[in-house]
Amino acid sequence: MADALLTVDGLTKRFGGVVASDNVRLDVTRGELHAIIGPNGAGKTTLIGQLAGEIVPDAGRIHFGGQDITALPVHGRSLMGLARTFQITSLFPHFTALDNVALAVQAHAGHSFRLWRPARAENELQEPARAALERVGLGHRANTMLGSMSHGEHRQLELGMALASKPSMLLLDEPMAGLGPDESARMVKTLRELKRELTILLIEHDMEAVFALADRITVLVYGRTIASGTPAEIRANPDVRQAYLGEQQAVTHV
Amino acid sequence: MAQLTPRNVLVATLLVLLALLPVYCTVTGNYFLMSLFTRILILGMAAVSLNLIMGFGGMVSFGHAAYLGIGGYAVGILAKEGINSGFIQWPVAVLVSALFALGVGALSLRTRGVYFIMITLAFAQMVYYVAIGLDRYGGDDGLTIHKRSEFFNPLNLSNRTIFYYLCFALLMVTVYLVWRLVHSRFGMAIQGARSNDRRMRAIGFPTYRYKLTCFVIAGTICGLAGALLANHTSFINPSIMFWTRSGDLIVMAVLGGMGTVFGPVIGAIALLVLEEALPILIGGASQLLTGHEVQGAREYWQLILGPMLLLIVLFARGGIDGLLARPSRGVQSNG
Repeated sequence: MADALLTVDGLTKRFGGVVASDNVRLDVTRGELHAIIGPNGAGKTTLIGQLAGEIVPDAGRIHFGGQDITALPVHGRSLMGLARTFQITSLFPHFTALDNVALAVQAHAGHSFRLWRPARAENELQEPARAALERVGLGHRANTMLGSMSHGEHRQLELGMALASKPSMLLLDEPMAGLGPDESARMVKTLRELKRELTILLIEHDMEAVFALADRITVLVYGRTIASGTPAEIRANPDVRQAYLGEQQAVTHV
Repeated sequence: MAQLTPRNVLVATLLVLLALLPVYCTVTGNYFLMSLFTRILILGMAAVSLNLIMGFGGMVSFGHAAYLGIGGYAVGILAKEGINSGFIQWPVAVLVSALFALGVGALSLRTRGVYFIMITLAFAQMVYYVAIGLDRYGGDDGLTIHKRSEFFNPLNLSNRTIFYYLCFALLMVTVYLVWRLVHSRFGMAIQGARSNDRRMRAIGFPTYRYKLTCFVIAGTICGLAGALLANHTSFINPSIMFWTRSGDLIVMAVLGGMGTVFGPVIGAIALLVLEEALPILIGGASQLLTGHEVQGAREYWQLILGPMLLLIVLFARGGIDGLLARPSRGVQSNG
């Protein structure tokens, strides 16, 4: 607990009769890459939604960096250093790739009640934005409009925007979603570099990627955490095999 | 930036023509034309302010004419009470508009889409009926303003030419201010919120306060346009803020082009000139076809305007401005 960056305690969220989060408990240690896995409908995205502040939990507390952020609005959490990406790509289609990232930089460069100087001429915004684009391998696409970029590039850009806000922790909601094998491999490579400097909470369906990247894994089934441990522990856990890996292996390895 | 595209040539030509118009009117004695274009300048300013929130901020306000009325009534009511100084009338017009925008914005910006449109419309209609209820200030019939706002000596608004140039200057200042605004950090935040509000909050923007500020700035500018309009017509009545008037402002912005700051000015010129020219054209056409002018033919000018708007909306998303500019898809080349 001493070095937990993010602590979730007793988090509960009901939608009508469905309990999407059922007394969820979670500790993410500073510096680790913590993956959350679970079958469809396990409540993974609802959990991220509550961590990011878009969904208000019915009960439970969320602490980040030692502070209770349960009641903090979305933008407040981002300003504290908790950045997220979206499962379904969520960008600014009216802008270029550089503009997208520059907006993320701008959000963390003081207030935006600056009504006079052209923002695109401010090196203070453009330099860090270019740097973030380089990191996700999109340096050469800076001035491309989003419409002419591929899905894979959009996914990289999602990550670039999260990085541009200089977060201490990333919430990644299925960054591999819809990527081809090559693009997936590149994303894994990028994440491996990132985990050296950032704490990451990763939700992902790609089991190969999860077991390759994660320091610890938490398994979520029907809104409940049924297991938490190192990849080896999770692999060996009979409950997990039963609830989740079993089906997966049945599909992939037979 | 200043490339020789058809669009930039058109804008430059328009600006030169607008600047020289009073000379032509004075020489030929055609004061109707000067009056028409004074009106165009004023409504153009209102349309530019609407486009700031609608085109750049994605906030489709269907009650923008309310500020024309508030600005206008501020001038009218003060004049009726014997206060003719523009130094009092105009700041009051601007301030009351700003406060009204703050109230409307604070409530309506909590909603989205159709609800936002409906709430802004409802507020505007509310002010409209309040004005009808103002018996002391003419109620439904309106209020004649006997004296235009008074400033220091050379700035005598009763002089048509001086008033025209004042409107022209204020429109230019408005266009320049809005242009600076949309390219600033504030403008980027506003455009980002139009594009994807949810993502804006996720990367750390408290979008509500930026949108509200933008809403207030737009209302304030339009309030000033209202003060100008009341001075121009020397008369104010509730119909200045009827909902169809708000619709006119939207049409100007859409027709001219919402993608650029200057587009709505082109739209204001196009719409108001067509409003004058189409009836004459129809009258002339009916005379040509039948040998005598068909009675009432002129009243059907909207039959031509309607399809024109439809074509613009369907085939020229960027309005007249966008049609001429044809930028490489979507790159921000606002001028």
